[in-house]
Amino acid sequence: MKALVAVKRVVDYNATILVKADGSGIDTNNLKFSINPFDEVAVEEAVRLKEAGMVSEIVVVSIGPAQAQDTLRNALAMGGDRAILVTVDGDVEPLAVAKLLRAVVESEKPDLVILGKQAIDGDCNQTGQMLAALLGWPQGTFASALAFKDGELNVIREIDSGNETVSLQLPAVITADLRLNTPRYVSLPNIMKAKKKPLATTTPATLGVDVAARQRVLKVEPPAKRKAGIKVGSVAELVAKLKNEAKVI
Amino acid sequence: MAHVLVIAEHDGAGLQAASLCTISASFQLAKAQGGEVHVLVAGGSARQAAEAAAKIDGVAKVLLAEGDSYAHGLAEPLAALVAEIGGGYGAILSPATSFGKNLSPRIAALLDVGQLSDIIGIVSADTFIRPIYAGNAVATVQSSDCVKMVTVRATAFEPAKADGGHAVIEAVSAAVPDARSRFIDQQLSKSLRPELTAARVVVAGGRGIGSAENFKTLIEALADKLGAAVGATRAAVDAGFTANELQIGQTGKIIAPELYIAAGVSGAIQHVAGIKDSKVIVAINKDEEALIFQVADYGLVADINQALPELCAELSK
Ligand SMILES: Cc1cc2nc3c(=O)[nH]c(=O)nc-3n(C[C@H](O)[C@H](O)[C@H](O)COP(=O)(O)OP(=O)(O)OC[C@H]3O[C@@H](n4cnc5c(N)ncnc54)[C@H](O)[C@@H]3O)c2cc1C
Ligand SMILES: Nc1ncnc2c1ncn2[C@@H]1O[C@H](COP(=O)(O)O)[C@@H](O)[C@H]1O
Repeated sequence: MKALVAVKRVVDYNATILVKADGSGIDTNNLKFSINPFDEVAVEEAVRLKEAGMVSEIVVVSIGPAQAQDTLRNALAMGGDRAILVTVDGDVEPLAVAKLLRAVVESEKPDLVILGKQAIDGDCNQTGQMLAALLGWPQGTFASALAFKDGELNVIREIDSGNETVSLQLPAVITADLRLNTPRYVSLPNIMKAKKKPLATTTPATLGVDVAARQRVLKVEPPAKRKAGIKVGSVAELVAKLKNEAKVI
Repeated sequence: MAHVLVIAEHDGAGLQAASLCTISASFQLAKAQGGEVHVLVAGGSARQAAEAAAKIDGVAKVLLAEGDSYAHGLAEPLAALVAEIGGGYGAILSPATSFGKNLSPRIAALLDVGQLSDIIGIVSADTFIRPIYAGNAVATVQSSDCVKMVTVRATAFEPAKADGGHAVIEAVSAAVPDARSRFIDQQLSKSLRPELTAARVVVAGGRGIGSAENFKTLIEALADKLGAAVGATRAAVDAGFTANELQIGQTGKIIAPELYIAAGVSGAIQHVAGIKDSKVIVAINKDEEALIFQVADYGLVADINQALPELCAELSK
């Protein structure tokens, strides 16, 4: 079985986000970029399936600027076999990402595509579902556990009221939630090895996909700031404030 | 002029609170687009929920789709249905719940349109406000797609009033695609406490709570004293103190209660993303430098092992 994993290069989850003064977007100068945390989980899951003998090859794909090669090398160091970079500068909307991934899926013919549930920059949570729709494949979103059973894939999904299990026929699309696994640390030897693994590049034009934006960001603003509160000295004072000042209990 | 379609999440008997908030967002949008609001209720047997939807003042029409394939809210058959009946609408709204997040992008791709996720405001017929970067920035986004596919953050819109209306109910159906996904089962949390996203008061515990045992005796006890819902950080869930559906934050639930009490929570941005719109935030943490104090209205620097029992006792007075 072949697995394809989509990984996005995003501003690191620990970075402090500052909005540009002119409202045109986020100031990404000097910010650290990393693999999207959910995608790291997706790669880890594919590697574990390979270690368990379920998967024979892992292809990792990213859509982004040339620097996304680092993100792909990171995924290769975790255990990916081969990488494909679709080079695009600037933001690509989830629908266009899904169309690019569909084109890659059509040539690579994987049995399983694993994405993260959400990219932590745009917080869209769309691409996996869109890709599944475009391919006409079943989807197992927000997955916290996978198990193969009688040729089908059982997916435990995190839903608002608890957990849900669905069974999917392959090929299928999975989106990973954080509790699916804990990604491994990449070792130095594996980082060195990853440098020699194949990394192919292509473009939207070669894949025949129109990535023109459908949405225009008119402005980006900092969120409303909560006004600074006070420290209370004791539990009794806290209860008094909540009763008499805030009037919430 | 274009009508707005709301995909309702329901439990067979009535609509979920998040659906009512989505319907109230749809009223704003329908006004901007100059059309009516229609509500789709799909399920194994969904007539009762459809009747509840028809009673909402302002809803012009309820579309009822009944069939076994819709029984468990699977995205594959539902998306096929909406793609067939939804193309003529100016906008299609779903709640930004696990149901809507799973379903809506699948419909969008079938209709070849983009989606605006988790909107918190409507500026005009084609322009919406949504948080990005875990709520560290807020974007105003204009869509050029013919159908505006939108998921709605419930806490940003008041629930629509569930009475006063009498919409017509119209049965709809569509060819069901070959089922390649199957519902197996659900493990639902059984709790008598208020639902986390709708509760007036929420008490949440973080890693500082220390154990599942303490989570019960400290957090749940305080919640019960206050008639509150219980929440948690990702670290508390990962440590096995409590269930995953209680996680609040960027990847958990978004809440906006009147009172939010965080105990043993450090205040990571991914957690704060889910609580920022609470009216009053209380933080109890032994580390006076904890980030949570930067967003708290009332901070108490204390050890929770003493402070929480003391708080319960004080509330009993
Ligand atoms: C992509 C991504 C998404 C994420 N999404 C979420 C999310 O949705 N929700 C979420 O919560 N997190 C999320 N996280 C995790 C987040 O970054 C933090 O790791 C997490 O919120 C920390 O939880 P915590 O505050 O319970 O634990 P910690 O950060 O370990 O804080 C524990 C706190 O308890 C205090 N404490 C300890 N003992 C005591 C005591 N006896 N008395 C008083 N105080 C005490 C400590 O001083 C400390 O401040 C996400 C992370 C990533 C990378
Ligand atoms: N530019 C990209 N390159 C590779 N994968 C992506 C890209 N954008 C999104 N994805 C994948 O889609 C998932 C969901 O992203 P989103 O829909 O943008 O929240 C991510 O976790 C990735 O797995």
